[in-house]
Amino acid sequence: MREITFGEAVREALREEMTKDETVFIYGMDIGVGFPSGLTKGLREEFGADRVRDTPICEQTVVGIAVGAALMGMRPVPEIQFSDLLTLCMDQIVNQAAKLRYMSGGQITLPITIRTAAGFSGSNGAQHSQSLEAWFMHVPGLKVIIPSTPADAKGLLKSSIRDDNPVLFLEHKMLNRTKGAVPEGDVVIPLGKADIKRPGKDITLVTFSHMVHRSLTAAETLEKDGIDVEVIDLRTLAPLDEETLLRSIRKTHRLVVLEEGCKTGGVGAEISAIVAEEAMDEMDAPIRRVAAYDTPIPFSPPLEKYVIPDERRIESVIRETLNL
Amino acid sequence: MLRVRMFEEKIDELYLQGKLPGSIHTSIGQEAVSVGVLNAMREDDLAIGSHRCHGYWVIKGMDVKGMFAELYGKRTGACKGKAGSMHLIDITKGVMGAIGIVGQQMPMAAGIGLALKMKRSDRICLCFFGDGASNTGVFHEALNVASLWKLPVIFVCENNGYAVSVPVHCSTSVKDIAQRGHSYNIPGEVVDGMDVLSVYAVAKRVAERARSGEGPSLIECKTYRFLGHSRGDPAYGPYRTKEELESWKQKDPITKLIADLNIPNDEVSKIRNQIADEYGAAVRFAEESPYPEGPEALEDIFA
Repeated sequence: MREITFGEAVREALREEMTKDETVFIYGMDIGVGFPSGLTKGLREEFGADRVRDTPICEQTVVGIAVGAALMGMRPVPEIQFSDLLTLCMDQIVNQAAKLRYMSGGQITLPITIRTAAGFSGSNGAQHSQSLEAWFMHVPGLKVIIPSTPADAKGLLKSSIRDDNPVLFLEHKMLNRTKGAVPEGDVVIPLGKADIKRPGKDITLVTFSHMVHRSLTAAETLEKDGIDVEVIDLRTLAPLDEETLLRSIRKTHRLVVLEEGCKTGGVGAEISAIVAEEAMDEMDAPIRRVAAYDTPIPFSPPLEKYVIPDERRIESVIRETLNL
Repeated sequence: MLRVRMFEEKIDELYLQGKLPGSIHTSIGQEAVSVGVLNAMREDDLAIGSHRCHGYWVIKGMDVKGMFAELYGKRTGACKGKAGSMHLIDITKGVMGAIGIVGQQMPMAAGIGLALKMKRSDRICLCFFGDGASNTGVFHEALNVASLWKLPVIFVCENNGYAVSVPVHCSTSVKDIAQRGHSYNIPGEVVDGMDVLSVYAVAKRVAERARSGEGPSLIECKTYRFLGHSRGDPAYGPYRTKEELESWKQKDPITKLIADLNIPNDEVSKIRNQIADEYGAAVRFAEESPYPEGPEALEDIFA
């Protein structure tokens, strides 16, 4: 199968959905020429400036426009340049997009896909490196998608755009240039389904986004010592695929949850609570969480490296959980 | 205007009887704004507004039975009891939403306008908001994009002089909020919000402008609410004087119109009786309707 980058996969999904459905349009800062990210390059020439639109720097209004346009039957796909900037449009995401269908008693649908670049990317400092996805799992009415591979990015973005609900779609900055096999054509991946990226029998490692790759590297190292790690890529954080998670727990009886965001109130806390509620009697060892330390993401390379989980931390917690 | 006045007098009465849960924000005194603006529009035009929404939605044609039932929190309410007074939506009537977070309807109006423009529609979108909203960041963002893209949106500021208790001169750096349009290359116009015919005349003019693709306008209607910010709030006392209230009541937009057009008393009484009958039946419908069952709370989250 052909290999393309994660960024190219995102562009293909946007291009295919815009070709298929003329109500789909993309807009945000630096969308028009696709500079500096390069991600939307060429789309304005193909679809016109109406559907590939630059906006001023005004995140609240960027998302507010999506809500208004979606009320009119459009399928807006706004981009917020960094997930840190979601703080600027929290009202429109949390109080408007996620609630208007409910408050209307189901009269309306809001097919909005908010794309944003998440996570660290090497010394971008505390305001451009955060992983804030856990906040949005706490908002009923919002779907949260966070892919780790080019194929997942394409298939999940297509599904997100076709979904009739507000979706937050988080693309990790470190993944944009990574390559992977992506099937040609109209292949969609359903929202709400986790993916077992590596089957194993000794321990379940649940993660998502960039940390999937660190998990797979750690799993390879551990394999040399005879430890067989099952790596589950959640892909969708809301709604969570509890079935895949619990099936794996019933097989391995051990769980480590790994995320790039900080530990307190994180995704791992929710996963751990679900397993504790649903499958405590299956556990042969305490559940462990591996996450960033509860600090802002620091600038200096050794500090940043220390805060964000790496392969060594993952390996060491897995060994501890297996009493090795 | 009587339809609005009597709707809100009725819900005020029901609220004080303890029949309506939550809170209500009335626009009694401000009727000339919604009536003047909406009568200058086409039926298929769209509108979005704030929490103080009953007035414009009654005029926009929302079914009053559904509105009363919604305010009671009944299953037969326009939004199945999930909206209440502050969030009334009726998409079939172009009632695109009442937004409870001050100012946040403004970019949504821009989004509606953008969709209309992309669809090459000649419909337009009204955006109602209060003086308090004009100090939010999102007001300025929305005016900027609406002007930049020449969107068919009319921003209607109901300046009733107070953001809850704070007088406009203590919160707002300009004398007239309409001035703020000029910063965004949008015509801004001040109008007497107690005079329905003046409001109508200005709205008619800016509607033509929006419909012909020339872009948005900002109308500031100077008006006054005769009751408190929300029900339970006194009409005067903590932040407004009785004298101030009485002086505005002299400008009551309904009394003024009756005098201006010389409408005979018996005709006014006839209209009042018709509306009273209609609202009486709507209230009975609301009272006789069932409440939703608890588990219905779990519906309508996702499509």
